[in-house]
Amino acid sequence: MDDWILLLCAIIFVALAPFAGCLLSGVDRKISARMQGRRGPPLSQPWHDVRKLLAKDNNAPNRFQDFYVACYLIWIIVTGAMFFAGMDLLLVVFTLILAEVFLVLAAYCSGSPFAQVGAQREIYVAMAYEPMVLLMAIGFYLFMGADDGGSFRVIDIAESSDMAIIPMLGIFIGFVIILTMKLRKSPFDLSMSHHAHQDIVRGVATEFSGRTYAMMEVSHWYENIMLLGMVALFFQNGEWTGFILGMVVAILVYLLEIWLDNGFARMKWQTALKTGWVAALILGLGNIAVLLVIA
Amino acid sequence: MSSTSKSPWILHYDASSCNGCDIEVLACLTPLYDAERFGVINTGDPKQADIFLITGSVNDQNKNVVRQLYDQMPEPKVVVAVGICACNGGIFRDCYNILGGADTVIPVDVYVPGCAARPESIIDGIVKGVAVLEEKRALMKKEGRK
Repeated sequence: MDDWILLLCAIIFVALAPFAGCLLSGVDRKISARMQGRRGPPLSQPWHDVRKLLAKDNNAPNRFQDFYVACYLIWIIVTGAMFFAGMDLLLVVFTLILAEVFLVLAAYCSGSPFAQVGAQREIYVAMAYEPMVLLMAIGFYLFMGADDGGSFRVIDIAESSDMAIIPMLGIFIGFVIILTMKLRKSPFDLSMSHHAHQDIVRGVATEFSGRTYAMMEVSHWYENIMLLGMVALFFQNGEWTGFILGMVVAILVYLLEIWLDNGFARMKWQTALKTGWVAALILGLGNIAVLLVIA
Repeated sequence: MSSTSKSPWILHYDASSCNGCDIEVLACLTPLYDAERFGVINTGDPKQADIFLITGSVNDQNKNVVRQLYDQMPEPKVVVAVGICACNGGIFRDCYNILGGADTVIPVDVYVPGCAARPESIIDGIVKGVAVLEEKRALMKKEGRK
């Protein structure tokens, strides 16, 4: 594919992902409400929330917090743009964790004990999901190795004539499991819940208000779209069928996450760690062993 | 209506209520009343709240807590006193440690009477609070503070 088309994809992501992410968040709240027997807010609710937050007074506890959250937003956008521009998947995984580090720093830089505990839990959760995310990148490399001499480039994976889902089924299931942590859904929303009255108030976001919290919300919109893009990557076969199948499965996976979010209570970080690592060890490494045998 | 009125996030604090009003506040979020359809979120974080919903009379032990919660909320903000105790102290008014209603320590914008206040009247109070919030937002804009 031409370079300018890939650049256009990255620009479209940067321009449209917030709208798609906002809509996704609105659908999420509506479906959650219906699952609980309520009518729920209008689809445009997340948009109004962010606009309201931008109109609020800024009372950040220090001058670093805004900077760190802005870095979090910027790196999430850069990560997503790199992913949709078809660049190196391994680099995407690393910049994603860099963005995460800025969020943790933003939580640590305030004196609030709730934010500090939230930051610690954020690190635990990152520790739980990161091995599986890395194994996903390695799995794609080995999958590409079968015919193209190995490549981490997203565009090569997307244009490959075989769907990655069949040889990488274990990795896909493992990725969906850790996606609950990445999307901050219950039972693994340890560091920050979208629901009221958790044990540590709002966790990492306790000290975020107004503009700062709005930036975090927009980052989530970008991040959610990019993560669903990663789910769709498993189904690409270089044709429209793969593209549409990928989109459909990404939406189904998100619905599954909403169901999990509403159906389960929060679990302890030890459970998150065990779940993430067991998924990485059995599904991730097991699948990689299979890929090596196939190669 | 601007986004400010479409997304009122609430901080609920029980000053020294008998829990009657608190149960009714939570009832507003249940499927029967579903206050979230107006964009209401019951957030536990004062830094992200727009409306301070206070129940029960204020006493010597928690007057500083009430003041601090109010101070932590970013402008524009509104205080809604729910129940007769939060309005003027109610039946606890003459107790030795009771200061009186919420307005003895922080400025109150909307008073919701009742013992306990009914969910309908609480939602009505929030809607009135949203109107005040909108006025304060317009004032902030006019003064160039935001």
